[in-house]
Amino acid sequence: MLTALEQNAWEVLNLVEDPEIPVISVVELGIVRSVIDDNGTLKVNITPTYSGCPATQVIEDSVIEALNKAQLLPFEVKTVLSPSWSTDMISESGRQKLKEYGIAPPADHSVDKMALMGEERQIKCPNCGSMDTQMVSQFGSTPCKAHFKCKDCLEPFDYFKCLK
Amino acid sequence: MSDSKNLMDVALHLGDNALILGHRLSEWCGHGPVLEQDIAMTNIALDLIGQAKMYFDLAAELEGAGNDHDHFAYKRDVLDFKNLLITETPNGDYADTIARQFYFDQWHYLLLQELANHENERLREIAQKSLKEVTYHQRWSSEWVVRLGDGTNESKEKMQHAIDDIWYYTGEAFMPADFEKGILPDNLKEQWMSNVKAVLDEATLTMPSDEWMQEGGKTGSHTEHLGYILAEMQFLPRAYPDATW
Ligand SMILES: [Zn+2]
Repeated sequence: MLTALEQNAWEVLNLVEDPEIPVISVVELGIVRSVIDDNGTLKVNITPTYSGCPATQVIEDSVIEALNKAQLLPFEVKTVLSPSWSTDMISESGRQKLKEYGIAPPADHSVDKMALMGEERQIKCPNCGSMDTQMVSQFGSTPCKAHFKCKDCLEPFDYFKCLK
Repeated sequence: MSDSKNLMDVALHLGDNALILGHRLSEWCGHGPVLEQDIAMTNIALDLIGQAKMYFDLAAELEGAGNDHDHFAYKRDVLDFKNLLITETPNGDYADTIARQFYFDQWHYLLLQELANHENERLREIAQKSLKEVTYHQRWSSEWVVRLGDGTNESKEKMQHAIDDIWYYTGEAFMPADFEKGILPDNLKEQWMSNVKAVLDEATLTMPSDEWMQEGGKTGSHTEHLGYILAEMQFLPRAYPDATW
């Protein structure tokens, strides 16, 4: 059972956008790991996606700003490394929003591996839904994405790499 | 030496490897042979620099002197750095960069697999996080070794040259420094040799033969290159202490 404070905090944090993919919240992305009401002190644990992701600091600052603004005081925000973030932590609504935004959501581990080894027709084009897609590069516009193109609609797109 | 001092030195060694190689790769930014590989190298650089930050945070905790990760990156001199010499070798041409990355990644991957089960919790969680990223690095550098080795006559010649050239920097990883004994695994060489050989075979390249190996990085005896790297990397925080942006 969540306390009223915890419930409130989750709602506030669910409005904090990821700075690089502003349609998805840091909660949907699985960055907020826990929110605990410790006798009136709110303890929030967050975890980085990739170690070097430049958004990590921005996310921490936005989380602090949002909690301040909502006056959920006092609170402590802590970065934890374990369990390390994986794409399984992205929520179902998060995956749907990624797709609508034009980013192919992470596939199953085995499909992901085949796709990144260069096997074609593994990842669905987020633009037209065709499976006739091809990897351009394992590394894309941010650390979490790979670069693909669709051979049907010819649209280049980002694929959110599976990280297990 | 206390256990905690040794563990701090291990954290610095692992952090320095990541920081210096990450810095080297960042020098490719805007200079990659094609846009996708420019992005790949800078992505890998970012991962490594992020990993360095985690190790330096651990070193700071163990030191207990109130320093933060920036202190270890920016306020130490050549003699204090414990990175493997291979990480500071110049980028050279694309084949040289790939050869360096390939040898390093193959070792890094095996090392992190072991550290992901380490008895020290902090080291273990950093390794578990890093291992996921290094899995991608290792795949990328191996693929390029194969692509260039089993490519045109010119790419093959350049790749073989690079593989031979940097070979004598690969032995150091398997010669334990005093501070790492009992903390880092000392049995990775055989597996590394066999994994490297498998990729070189696929790339139709010849594995260099085992011979004399360069060493000294872990104990602060660096090549002349490290001083230049630090001069560029540390200039700003040294000239403008506590600058923010
Ligand atoms: Zn399409």
